[in-house]
Amino acid sequence: MIVAVASGKGGTGKTTVAASLAWVWDRPVAAVDLDVEEPNLHLFLKPDITGRETAFMEVPVADESKCTYCRACADLCQFKAISVLGSVLLTFAEMCHGCGGCLAVCPEKALSPGSRELGDVSWGTAGGRIGFFMGRLRVGEAMSPPLMRAVVAKLNQTPHAAAGDVIIDAPPGTSCPAINAVLPSDLILLVTEPTPFGFHDFRLAHAAFAPLGKPMAAVINRAGLGDRSVQDFCLSRQLPILAEIPFDRSLAEAYSKGRVVAEALPNMRKVFVELMTALRGLAETPPQRKAAAHA
Amino acid sequence: MPEIIIISGKGGTGKTSLTAAFAHMAADAVICDLDVDAPDLHLILRPEIKVREDFHSGHEALIDPAACTACGLCAEMCRFGAVSNPPTGYRIDPLKCEGCKVCVQFCPAAAIRFPERHCGEWYLSSTRFGPMVHAQLFPGAENSGRLVALLRQKARDLARESGRRLVLSDGAPGIGCPVISSLSGTDFAVLVTEPTPSGRHDLERVADLCRHFKIPTGVIVNKADLNPENTRDIQRWCETARTEFLAALPYDPAVTEAMVQRQTVTEFSADGLSTDIRRTWRRILELGSRKKHPSQ
Repeated sequence: MIVAVASGKGGTGKTTVAASLAWVWDRPVAAVDLDVEEPNLHLFLKPDITGRETAFMEVPVADESKCTYCRACADLCQFKAISVLGSVLLTFAEMCHGCGGCLAVCPEKALSPGSRELGDVSWGTAGGRIGFFMGRLRVGEAMSPPLMRAVVAKLNQTPHAAAGDVIIDAPPGTSCPAINAVLPSDLILLVTEPTPFGFHDFRLAHAAFAPLGKPMAAVINRAGLGDRSVQDFCLSRQLPILAEIPFDRSLAEAYSKGRVVAEALPNMRKVFVELMTALRGLAETPPQRKAAAHA
Repeated sequence: MPEIIIISGKGGTGKTSLTAAFAHMAADAVICDLDVDAPDLHLILRPEIKVREDFHSGHEALIDPAACTACGLCAEMCRFGAVSNPPTGYRIDPLKCEGCKVCVQFCPAAAIRFPERHCGEWYLSSTRFGPMVHAQLFPGAENSGRLVALLRQKARDLARESGRRLVLSDGAPGIGCPVISSLSGTDFAVLVTEPTPSGRHDLERVADLCRHFKIPTGVIVNKADLNPENTRDIQRWCETARTEFLAALPYDPAVTEAMVQRQTVTEFSADGLSTDIRRTWRRILELGSRKKHPSQ
């Protein structure tokens, strides 16, 4: 079972939930940080990192001696990553999306595959038993999905993927990086807070993920703050609320010290064990016809 | 005309609540929400939309089943895994399609169309604090960097036309495409963080990004009393990182109460946190209005 912990709004508690869930999980599990722009899961799970690789993507390298300036590459490129100005061929590696179109279309074989550094992928073990994987985007790199794919590829190469469950810490938002992070999952757990900002972004995230047809559920963090709009919305959309985490200063303080709250606070351990059980119940019951209704 | 942006790296540190309060303080700003994925500033500023425009960006590939000969070349060439072949015939998953046109170019049956992608809407609005430029990407859409660039251009144009002397922007979390797009040519970036390991970690990365683009920065630690020791550490780090420590703001329930009332915290209550915010804004304005040194 692969659970993606996601949210529209940032800072609602995705990492808190992902770290604590992994901590209480009583089967083999891997925790995977796909918020590669600002990965935080390692700050709480404090894994022993045993491996690290730099991830690259393919970009074109030009051999101008072969170029006839026919412009086929520049005409095809949708990302302004290659241009021909008179008799000068220019490539802009940082704009390239790595589609390989220019290499395939060039009649003179004047372009060959080079690479651009995306960031790094690292892995290890947390708490002696939780498999751990993360990506960290190079500062200045604009595109996070290719690095996210590299992290998932690394996960799939290891025995964890076959043997155990996976908990993904996804980036905030509702656009391509967030969608890419939840694509590998069987179930999406949306973490929100009951404030106007939290509720607004929760609805956006729900609308973004619903077309994927995956089961979804909610965790309400900082319950007691704000109002009841989130609860009412969940009720109207038959979106199960699997846990409510109270708004509590001792929790915020434990987090500020880098603690996994399910480890630091006994009442929180109970909340997350119940969340784990509820998630399994949801993942292992046959899906309802909700996906069709949203499509 | 200075452009000042409020960003944070980590989400949920209080960027938008502070931007809304700064918009209240700033008498002469065009307000701009550059978090086009999950914009929230409009919830407080309650803009009245004057102009509404569609945002198109890039294209998406669509297979015409009647023309498809099922040769499979598109699936072979697609680097994004967007082409699948269920029993109903080849199809392209719009969520995975990068819009690169490779399949369109190489399809031997010319069976793939490539229409423009309608990604969202953008708006010119008026608010009680002045004009506002904002947008909403459709959920799941991409290319937010291009939309951010468009909004910034519209905000600059609007400032010039209306004689306003400042563009004040709320940024997106992270350090990727939309944030990079919101930084180029900005005069000053306010980095809002919180005294937690993730707040600190993400602050360092976003500060790195600003250095990369040579944007001067200042730091606000929000909810500073949650962990005074971490707050002091961040203050010390600011000295070494050549960024100004602007303020340590206490956690104040008035921020959420104001949000529920759809008010800025400075409208909700004139003293307490609002006094600190007013002072911080004056300093930001000074720093943001400094002429850039030619060598920088």
